[in-house]
Amino acid sequence: MTSRSDAKKAKIAEYIDENLKKVFSELESDEMPDQIVDLLSVLRAQDEELKQKK
Amino acid sequence: MNDLDPKDELVTHLPALRAFALSLTRNGATADDMMQDTVLKAWTNLDKFQAGTNMRAWLFTILRNNFYSSRRKLNREVADVDSAFSDKLSVKPEHDGRLQMRDFKQAFEQLPDEQREALILVGANGFSYEEAGETCGVATGTMKSRVNRARTKLTELLKLDEDEALEMTDTATMAVVATPGMPS
Repeated sequence: MTSRSDAKKAKIAEYIDENLKKVFSELESDEMPDQIVDLLSVLRAQDEELKQKK
Repeated sequence: MNDLDPKDELVTHLPALRAFALSLTRNGATADDMMQDTVLKAWTNLDKFQAGTNMRAWLFTILRNNFYSSRRKLNREVADVDSAFSDKLSVKPEHDGRLQMRDFKQAFEQLPDEQREALILVGANGFSYEEAGETCGVATGTMKSRVNRARTKLTELLKLDEDEALEMTDTATMAVVATPGMPS
């Protein structure tokens, strides 16, 4: 009985994880917000400026 | 061995970081603010990152610390949820009429913060219990029990313990969801 119940539990856990991966992957595929893209540009420009000063 | 420049590597983790922020905050604007703070902190403290360790875990740790400290500052225990998380869902074909991805997301949203993040780290990102525990600042055993409690709660909410429900989900919804270009 225990093994049947364990197998079922494992199947449910697998189902949950598969769905989570799909949800997470869907969120990951969203376009990056402008404020983050802009921030990266500023940070890269600052790095470049520092490099040139050295 | 990762040959990427750490800053370039950091950029590759941003989509996952945003997904983590959205799943934690369940609010688009808050997620973006948290992410902005995290990127800024990580970029300017990259020398503190230990090469060869898990950069994604490091970034997630910074973000969740920001999230909880900002919540404490605002003395706000209840999250300002705007359904940014569940609204992201594309509607799946309603073949079984019972368990849709939307149901899954809505059930997931009902989990307490600590259980939600535990499942996202272990279930969606494949972190080991140890890595997830380190990310959340708790013992490995605590992380295991959070994941177990989260799965048990989702099982109850989605009635997955009934054989029929899981069978139908496996054969209908999952098959459809896993088949790109399948007509609805």
